[in-house]
Amino acid sequence: MRSIRPVVIRRLLLACACAIPPVSVWANDIAQFKVAKGAVHLERSGQRLPARVGTPLQATDTVVTGADGSAGIAFVDNSLLSVGPNSVLAIERYTFNSTTHEGTFESSLRKGTLAVVSGKIAKQSPDAMKVKIPSSILGVRGTEFLVRASD
Amino acid sequence: MRRSYPALIAALALAGCATPPSRDLVVLLPDKDGKVGTLVVQNQKGSTVLNTAYATARTARDGGVEPGMASQSEIKAVFGDAIAAQPPRPMLFRLYFESGSDEFTEQSKQEVKRLLAEMARRQAPDITVIGHTDLVGPDPSNDALSLQRAGRVKSMLVGMGVPAGRILTAGRGRREPLIPTANGVIEPRNRRVEVSVR
Repeated sequence: MRSIRPVVIRRLLLACACAIPPVSVWANDIAQFKVAKGAVHLERSGQRLPARVGTPLQATDTVVTGADGSAGIAFVDNSLLSVGPNSVLAIERYTFNSTTHEGTFESSLRKGTLAVVSGKIAKQSPDAMKVKIPSSILGVRGTEFLVRASD
Repeated sequence: MRRSYPALIAALALAGCATPPSRDLVVLLPDKDGKVGTLVVQNQKGSTVLNTAYATARTARDGGVEPGMASQSEIKAVFGDAIAAQPPRPMLFRLYFESGSDEFTEQSKQEVKRLLAEMARRQAPDITVIGHTDLVGPDPSNDALSLQRAGRVKSMLVGMGVPAGRILTAGRGRREPLIPTANGVIEPRNRRVEVSVR
């Protein structure tokens, strides 16, 4: 009995997904952890979830690392983001059309350190990728950079 | 023992400087192939464009944007852990079918082996299979055709043991020709499937 509900929900989600242009593929997963060392977790709609290698991420997830933590994430547009210890990185918006490469990638580094290699979204449209830090906003036209957020 | 005190004090002083960063720091790096991109750093008091290797912007919440340069030692000290946690770069494999058949060319069969080996080397690998067409025909039909090609490669890879849940498919249609041609030119090298391994 229990198995019926997820199927129904998935069908409903599929029906919704077909009604709008193909934005993010793979249901709601937009990225995966490829590296997770020490204390790393995800915050998703108020819940705290463990993050390990292979754990998928969804748009609006927040990645949190502890004093001994670091994590590397690969997004479906081939953007690579990695955070050092004591970091809080919120994915605020992520859409990617794998046919046209149009999309939006907005994240916010609230604390800690971040290394970025931008992917297809930034390559397609120069204003599509933004990284917010406490003092300012970075417009990303490519490709590799580092960010530290003040406490 | 006594000798270690100055070192300890120096370390504490350094740590004291490093722990409460009062300003945000942005550093632009050269890409793997040496090219340098562009970042626009903007806040209420102004903006600056970074477009040279190791150019920095230091910004305070209530201040402007101060440009500068970062040294290798500063990059290592501040960002060493974040850099060490970077996932491996995505890798691209290009595949062709024998014309009018569902078989890969001999060369592409070897490429598939390399692709599977690369997946085996990676932690929790996932892939996007991307179909492309040549510049014959309109966008919508090429989009459908390229997605169909990608789907065919996906089922072949699933048949070789790649879990379907690790494979995304995409159809780029005629948007990304490998060999630029005029409209309507038949170009077999553009009718390809690429696999991006993450």
